Amino acid sequence: MADTTEAPAARRIPAPAVNVESKPFWDAAEQGKFLIKRCKACGKAHWYPRNLCPHCFSSETVWEESPGEGVIYTYSVMHRNTPVPYAIAYVNLDEGPAVLTNIIDYDAATLKIGARVKVKWTPTEGGPPVFTFAPV
Amino acid sequence: MSIKGKAYIAGVYEHPLRDAPNISTAQIHAECAKGALEDAGLTKDDIDGYFCAGDAPGFGAMSMADYMGLKLRHMDSTETGGSSYILHVGHAAQAIAEGKCSVALITLAGRPRQARMGGGGGRGGPPGGASDVPEAGFENIWGGSTHNTYGMCAMRHMHDYGTTAEQLAWIKVAASHHAQWNDHAFLRDVVTVEDVINSPMIADPLHRLDCCVVTDGGGAVIVTTPEIAKSLKRPLVKVIGAGEAPKGPRGGLDLDLTYSGAVWSGPIAFEEAGVTPADIKYASIYDSFTITVLMQLEDLGFCKKGEGGKFVADGNLISGVGKLPFNTDGGGLCNNHPTNRGGITKVIEAVRQARGEAHPKVQVPDPSLVLAHGTGGSLGTRHGAATLIMERE
Repeated sequence: MADTTEAPAARRIPAPAVNVESKPFWDAAEQGKFLIKRCKACGKAHWYPRNLCPHCFSSETVWEESPGEGVIYTYSVMHRNTPVPYAIAYVNLDEGPAVLTNIIDYDAATLKIGARVKVKWTPTEGGPPVFTFAPV
Repeated sequence: MSIKGKAYIAGVYEHPLRDAPNISTAQIHAECAKGALEDAGLTKDDIDGYFCAGDAPGFGAMSMADYMGLKLRHMDSTETGGSSYILHVGHAAQAIAEGKCSVALITLAGRPRQARMGGGGGRGGPPGGASDVPEAGFENIWGGSTHNTYGMCAMRHMHDYGTTAEQLAWIKVAASHHAQWNDHAFLRDVVTVEDVINSPMIADPLHRLDCCVVTDGGGAVIVTTPEIAKSLKRPLVKVIGAGEAPKGPRGGLDLDLTYSGAVWSGPIAFEEAGVTPADIKYASIYDSFTITVLMQLEDLGFCKKGEGGKFVADGNLISGVGKLPFNTDGGGLCNNHPTNRGGITKVIEAVRQARGEAHPKVQVPDPSLVLAHGTGGSLGTRHGAATLIMERE
């Protein structure tokens, strides 16, 4: 591997950009709650959360607390320009939508397509924690 | 041909707010779209064309198309400041007159009053700027780059279809065989499958030699009328088909990263041109990574979905050796990738081939029909696909 940096630290995650539409999600994140959005008109969940449903365009979307569990759809471990390799991934939530994230606390046996994972909050630099996922 | 009488205004909506601290810029765009649809008596699924300008948060039209869950076959983010939306009506009428779309949506939204109040209640990010790109807060925190988001596509393609690193490597090998004849190519050394799979891992499963080069540079294209073209002293290369389509998660259900927007842009272009993939003598295929080429070849119909690995192996993309010569300038993998945008060089080499002006070592014998195809953005998040078919007259 190209990485020769000694004493690697965990990748530092920047504070997420929060706007008025996403603020309820991040306020809940501070309380350790993982929220997704569901549409009352069509009944479908979506990700990332929007105030208008991307499936049917209804304005009747509501926040719903999710256990934050699902399976890895795909992943890639980044080795370039980083003090320590990290895994970016999509997780298919049990509610349906796919979520872009980082997998943490993994090893070669657990970082697999189809592996079950659960949300595990990771601190950021000066912002709310973010929804990383870890093997269960 | 004229737009006169070819298009009608079916719906309009003006947002009622004059001070909007509590809704995002993306939401205002979407509420305006919803209002105009209701005014027209149409639904979101009727929209197949989308027009926006620089006020739309994100990357061109793609972030807002994804936010609204639009499935499009035409888009335009021409930016001319405040006049953009008048110009867009003209462009929409052209697109409708040409059959490129049938229901076009144009939106504008912004919240300049919130700038002085620290970003409309947000934390982190400039007011009305990055923080108002709707997906930014949920995606820009994961260390995503083209390398690892395309890596995720390759990983899933291997999982679903058994595609191998060696098969992907053949794409780079073919590009390097072409680049050796290009005096300007950034990388001119011929490489082997072993060279590629033994190069350092960048983002699993993509190695360094699966990645395109980073170069400066540029390009230009001139398009004109048949009359002017025939008055010039250059070979006649006629545009006979074009298709375009964005692809994104659109809410995240049934995510499938093993195909690209080429599954939509390709058939549109082939239908307009009245030809099939089997008729194409040369193809310029955007090659940001080897996986980009493989997926697009499948999606354009040069082989069946999932059989791209077999298709590209054993030199099938090498001019003079295989069935489908590709990127005979060496492409992005070896020649250049000016400002990380490879679309224009794909058109340029396809034109060289059609004219018979490619390097003699890579010139295809019968360049009567050529194709240029690209995807911009990321196949792993949201991207815009564009297909162009040209005929040597």
